[in-house]
Amino acid sequence: MTWGLWESYMLPGIWITIQVTVYSAALAAAVSFVIGVLRTSPLWIVRFLSGAYFEIFRGASALVFMFWLFFALPIAFGWQLVPMWAGVLALGLTYGAYGSEVVRGALAAVSPAQREAGIALSFTRMQRLRRIELPQAWPEMVPPFNNLAIELLKGTALVSVISVADMTFAANLIRFTTNESAPIYTLLLVMYFVLAFLITRAMRLVERKAKAGIGQAPPPGTGLLGGLRRRTKTADPVTGTATAGTPGGKQ
Amino acid sequence: MSADTPRENATTSTAADGRELIRFDKVTKRFGDHVVLDQLEFSVSAGKHVTLIGPSGSGKTTILRLLMTLLRPDEGTITVDGDYLTHQEKGGRLVPAGEKHVREVRKKIGMVFQQFNLFPNMKVLRNVTEAPVHVLGMGKDEAEQRARELLEMVGLTEHVDKYPTQLSGGQQQRVAIARALAMRPKVLLLDEVTSALDPELVAGVLDVLRDIAHTTDITMLVVTHEMNFARDISDDVLMFNEGKVIESGPPEKIFNDPDHERTREFLSAIL
Repeated sequence: MTWGLWESYMLPGIWITIQVTVYSAALAAAVSFVIGVLRTSPLWIVRFLSGAYFEIFRGASALVFMFWLFFALPIAFGWQLVPMWAGVLALGLTYGAYGSEVVRGALAAVSPAQREAGIALSFTRMQRLRRIELPQAWPEMVPPFNNLAIELLKGTALVSVISVADMTFAANLIRFTTNESAPIYTLLLVMYFVLAFLITRAMRLVERKAKAGIGQAPPPGTGLLGGLRRRTKTADPVTGTATAGTPGGKQ
Repeated sequence: MSADTPRENATTSTAADGRELIRFDKVTKRFGDHVVLDQLEFSVSAGKHVTLIGPSGSGKTTILRLLMTLLRPDEGTITVDGDYLTHQEKGGRLVPAGEKHVREVRKKIGMVFQQFNLFPNMKVLRNVTEAPVHVLGMGKDEAEQRARELLEMVGLTEHVDKYPTQLSGGQQQRVAIARALAMRPKVLLLDEVTSALDPELVAGVLDVLRDIAHTTDITMLVVTHEMNFARDISDDVLMFNEGKVIESGPPEKIFNDPDHERTREFLSAIL
C-alpha cells in the first residue's frame, strides 16, 4: 500500500468511521435514556410502548434495518436518506435499544430507600429521577455503555455496504487495487482495536469522575494502562483525589 | 388546603397546642392475608410528642410509612392538619387523591429513617438544601444559610462539604435530621433512628433529638426501642399489639404502672 492510497482513501475513511461512531453514539445515548426512563414509568401504556420499541429494535438486524432505511424507505416515501445518515439512524436506534436496558437496569439497582427519601421530601417523580436516581445510577451505567460503544464502533463497518466510505470501505477499495489482502485487513483490525482502546480509556476517565461524584473511591485500574497506573499508585500510599473519599470511612 | 374540614368534630381551635394534627380513622392495612393495622383509630394533637411502642410486627413502622405516603391504607382515612392525606372529596364522595394533592399535604410531614437514606450523590450541604430549593422554591442563598444553621444545631458545621459516605453513621443520621427539618414540617416522624448505629454513636443523635423536642413546638411521632429516650421526650406513649392500640397514656404511667398484661410483658422483655 502506497502513501497515496493511504492519504486519499484510508485517512478520510478513519475520519468517516469516527464521525459515524460519534453521531450514532449520541443518538443511541439519547434513545437509551429516553426509552430506559420511560420503561420505569408507573403508567402501563408508557411502559408498554417503550417496551415494544426495545423488543423490536433489539430483535432487528442493524444491517437489514440499514438496508430498509436506504433502499425500502425511498420506495415507500419517495425521498432518499444520505447514506451516512441512514447508517447513523440504523445504528443509533438499534444500539439505543440495548442502551435502554442498561439505563433501566441501573435505575432499578438504585436502592428503594433513595426513592422513599425523595418522596419524604416531597420531590416529584421527575425531580427524583433527575436529582437522585439518575445521578446515582450513572456510575453503574458507564462500564456497560463502554461495551456498547465498542460494539457500536465495530458495527459501523456495516455502513460500508451502503457505500459510505468508512475505513472498511477504504480497505476494500485498496484491496481491489493492490490485491494485498493480508496486510490490509491486518492493518484494519489493528485500527479498529486502537479506536476501541481509545474509547475504553475515555470511558475509564468518565467512570472515575462519575464515582467521585457520588463520594465513592475511583474504581481499581483495569486493562493495559490501568494496570500499570495502579501499580505505581500502590507504591505511593498518598493517593486519591481531593474530592473522592474512602467508602465507608468513619471519622 | 384548609378549606375542607373532613370531620365534623374536628376542632378548629387556633391555639397550636391541643389542635388535632393527625387522625387515623378506622385505618386498615394488609400485606396479603396478614392484617398489619386493624381498624386503627388514634389522633395526635399539635405539638405533642408521641412514642409508639410494641413488639416488632405490631404495625408501628407501618403507621409512619402510611403517614409518609410510602404506603396507602386499604381502608379508612388519615387526616393531617385538617386535610385528607390520600383522599379527596369529589361530589360529596371520598375518592383516592391525585399525586399533586398528596404531595401538598405531605409537605407538612418530615421523616428520619433507620438507615439515614442520605443522597450519596450530593454533599452534606446540598442534601439539606435540595428539597427547600426545588420543592419549596426557596432561594439558594436563603436555603444555604438555613441549612448551615441546622447543621450547626446538629453539630456538623465542619462537615458541610463532605459526601455522606465520608461521615460516620451518627453524623449521617444528624444530617438526615437537619434535612428533614429544613422543610419546616409540622410533624416529624422518627423511625427507629438509632437502631442502625454503633452503640457509642446513639447518644449524640438522641441528644440532638431531645434538644429539638424541648426547644421547638414540632409534633413528633417516634418509633424507638430506646425507652429512656421515650420517657424523656414523650407526652404520650401508645402501646401496640397486633395492629391495635391496647394501651395509651403518659410515659410515667405506661412505663411504671401499665394496666395491660401484654404491656408489662413487653416492657419487662426489653428493659
